[in-house]
Amino acid sequence: MDTYCSQPAGAEAYIEDRKDSILTKGKSKGNISCSSDSLAGAVSQRACVYCGARVVLNPVTDAVHLVHGPIGCAAFTWDIRGSLSSGSEMYRNSFSTDMKERDIIFGGEQKLAACIDEIVAKYAPPAVFVYSTCVVGVIGDDIISVCKEASLRHNIDVIPVESSGFKSGNKIVGYRAAADALLKLITPKDGVHIEPTRKLNFLGEYNLGGEKWVVERYLKEIGIEINVAFTGDSTVAALKQAPGACLNLVQCTGSMHYVAMKLEQTFGTPYMDVNFFGAENTTESLRKIADFYGDEDIKRRTEALIERESSHVRPVIEKYRKKLAGKRAAIYVGGAFKAAAIIRQLKELDVEIVLTGTQTGKKEEYENLSGMLSEGTVIIDDANPAELERFLREKDVDFMAGGVKERFLAYKLGVGFVDHNHDRKDCLAGFEGAVKFAREVHTTACSPVWKHLKNTSVRDVRL
Amino acid sequence: MSDMRAKMVSENQCQTCMPLGGVVAFKGIEEAMVLVHGSQGCSTYIRLSNVEHYNEPIDIASSALNEKQTIYGGEANLRKALDNVLRVYQPKVLGVVTTCLAETIGEDMERMIQSYIKDHDIRGVDIIPVATPSYSGSHTEGFWAATKEIIRHYARPVAKHSGINVIIPHISPADIREIKRILDMTGLEYTLIPDYSMTLDRPFGGEYLKIPLGGTRTRDISRMAGARATIQFGLTCPDDLSPGLYLQQEYGVPLIDLPLPFGLENTDRFIEALSRISGRLMPDYLALERGWLLDAMADSHKYNAEGHPVIYGEPELVYAFAALCAENGAMPAVIATGTRNGRLMARVKMLLAEAEEQPIFLEDADFTAIYEAAVSTGANVAIGHSGGKFLTEHLCIPVVRVGFPIHDRMGGQRILSAGYAGTLAFLDRFTNTLLERKYASYRQKKKDELTKGSRMQEAAIEGDE
Repeated sequence: MDTYCSQPAGAEAYIEDRKDSILTKGKSKGNISCSSDSLAGAVSQRACVYCGARVVLNPVTDAVHLVHGPIGCAAFTWDIRGSLSSGSEMYRNSFSTDMKERDIIFGGEQKLAACIDEIVAKYAPPAVFVYSTCVVGVIGDDIISVCKEASLRHNIDVIPVESSGFKSGNKIVGYRAAADALLKLITPKDGVHIEPTRKLNFLGEYNLGGEKWVVERYLKEIGIEINVAFTGDSTVAALKQAPGACLNLVQCTGSMHYVAMKLEQTFGTPYMDVNFFGAENTTESLRKIADFYGDEDIKRRTEALIERESSHVRPVIEKYRKKLAGKRAAIYVGGAFKAAAIIRQLKELDVEIVLTGTQTGKKEEYENLSGMLSEGTVIIDDANPAELERFLREKDVDFMAGGVKERFLAYKLGVGFVDHNHDRKDCLAGFEGAVKFAREVHTTACSPVWKHLKNTSVRDVRL
Repeated sequence: MSDMRAKMVSENQCQTCMPLGGVVAFKGIEEAMVLVHGSQGCSTYIRLSNVEHYNEPIDIASSALNEKQTIYGGEANLRKALDNVLRVYQPKVLGVVTTCLAETIGEDMERMIQSYIKDHDIRGVDIIPVATPSYSGSHTEGFWAATKEIIRHYARPVAKHSGINVIIPHISPADIREIKRILDMTGLEYTLIPDYSMTLDRPFGGEYLKIPLGGTRTRDISRMAGARATIQFGLTCPDDLSPGLYLQQEYGVPLIDLPLPFGLENTDRFIEALSRISGRLMPDYLALERGWLLDAMADSHKYNAEGHPVIYGEPELVYAFAALCAENGAMPAVIATGTRNGRLMARVKMLLAEAEEQPIFLEDADFTAIYEAAVSTGANVAIGHSGGKFLTEHLCIPVVRVGFPIHDRMGGQRILSAGYAGTLAFLDRFTNTLLERKYASYRQKKKDELTKGSRMQEAAIEGDE
């Protein structure tokens, strides 16, 4: 065992058990190993089931999000998504039952019920989502019955979200818990009839930088209305009208394909995948939607919008493409939907993609990603910092696209960074989003600071 | 006044969880890595929170417990995690902090780690478990608990020597560096623990080090038992978690418990203690810095007197900033901490006993309680971490950012408040925040106040007639 302790392994240090999770396109045989639990001790970038559920449901603006557990779970996810709201700001608060040792020993059900009562008395929210955390699952608090009783007591929706973190390190499991909660919320109660409309639902859109509003504007211009987005800038009342839509768009597939499938089964609403990140994706998505409606007026207006907006975007993209051509990029993000959107946009900018990875990609999603990438590109599932560092170096990357945890790893290596994460403040959707994205890529890939960083030798600062 | 949260639900937390504090303490030990024994999310959240604050890549491993281990026990996963971390990171010290999950399922850490060490014949790595169940305290308690365990692990009976121990609470790397600069000026030999001033704030060097350079050396920790004295900035540290008290009780090292050297008087006490120990006067340059601070205090005292701050966060920081504000005439309106800490409240009450108006004291506080107290006291400025953002968003009370976490501004790791120089830096930020707030609105305010006032006067006169 001394080999563990005394031999410097340097850049060669990697974990044998992880080798099937890393492929090189064109060189590796077989499929990527994915959708499994994270390896113990591998320093995964992943979060937990609770996190998955929370990020999906949190943008429901007027609901109270109550975390049943010790303080950390709530504290770490307070206002974690920068989702924007056109009305209520209730969702930006973080409610916790703040379980203490006593509650762990004697059970936390009474405290949970008391917390719900307090919240309802103080804020009268239309709904309360109650998230279960690790210890709640272990001590066996029956949150389902506590929620049911509270719901009857207060005559509002009190919905349990079964998101005990230990179920998996994979957020997808949490997406499912959130989906079940949403389906519970929108299924009409006995005797309630929801009128069918010509409006559509927009699933997997979280309005982080106002993306929902951009798409809403486009759709309005071509004569289509959004019924409700899941869940960006949504309200409980609007979500309850979801069964009245004639079509469901699915953007973030990881979190919302299941919901779309369920909506089709239950209410017969068809769904289609869309993607409003990048000019090409936006154009295609708008045409698909217009085709679905099959209305000549809608089609004509769609083409007019595309023509007008593309003419604004084209010269900007062209300008940045000249500056960015040949730059090398790495992508490491939460889900495959986001990875695919970024790949396509970077290709429009003539950027070479040398590494792509996700935290939660599925086999078929990786096949799709692989189809978009050129030979020699590294594809990696559930990466850790040691692996990311190795490839950022080996592949001589100019900039990386990812989330907060990857940002400073890139900077430490003198590599640029494009934020595509929960705390970004810029809207990256639609045609204007494509312009912003191109500008951000240029800002970081061509920043003057790298010149100074590259001229600094390691020796200067190795104190 | 309300000394506790009377309601059940916590709305907008003022603290984070116990293992987070444990992780930060281990990051201050040379060649150390940390493993969080619990579900994957815990380590990722702790990483995220630290990465946003320190703006550094921060690696923290997880034993990634899942459903099966939760039922049958996490030993196999812990072993696998230890294997992988030791292979990839090659640490000399490996801290293993527990989570509420591990504690609730009753993991016997001592035994599991002992048997791992025995089975694998591990040498050259010290694996140190610390119990940090999230439901037993906040990150403050986790920080003290880990620091104490680290010292307990290494401290041995050794010959007396002339060095001193310096034990710090959870402060910024910039503050640690300032305290070290002062110590260096006195010529005393010292061991400061935990020293994450270099590990969590690395200069650019074109490389990512899996374990960043710096940190308190374990060979120095093992000599702490022979030190002349321990200076601990831990007035509010509970006895059972106190590293300094442990060294005093087990090894007879005299404990000098001091407030953090933030503010004139608190820094004076630190310098006096150092002078007493070293038998030397205050270094000339420090005397100059003290003079600059005094000069600045005079320059800005009238502006500061208009400040009615809400001070919140970790107990030791809250006490130090309350003292700093009070000595500058900015009498605190609200004193709050997210954890339960009677010592803090007792200390602050003593400190402010002479104040014309008593502040509201809140322990085990959430931000809804702090918010309400800010409204009822007419507070106009806040001192604390990013959690206070709604005070600004909803009440236009600016927050002078200090403490942890700072995730909505740059440079949490560089916030300096220690020593005379740090106090001056803080005071300028504080005074200018008050001035900025005043100048942003005083023209309109005056107009509203005086013109409306005159109309009211007229109306009153008319009424009289």
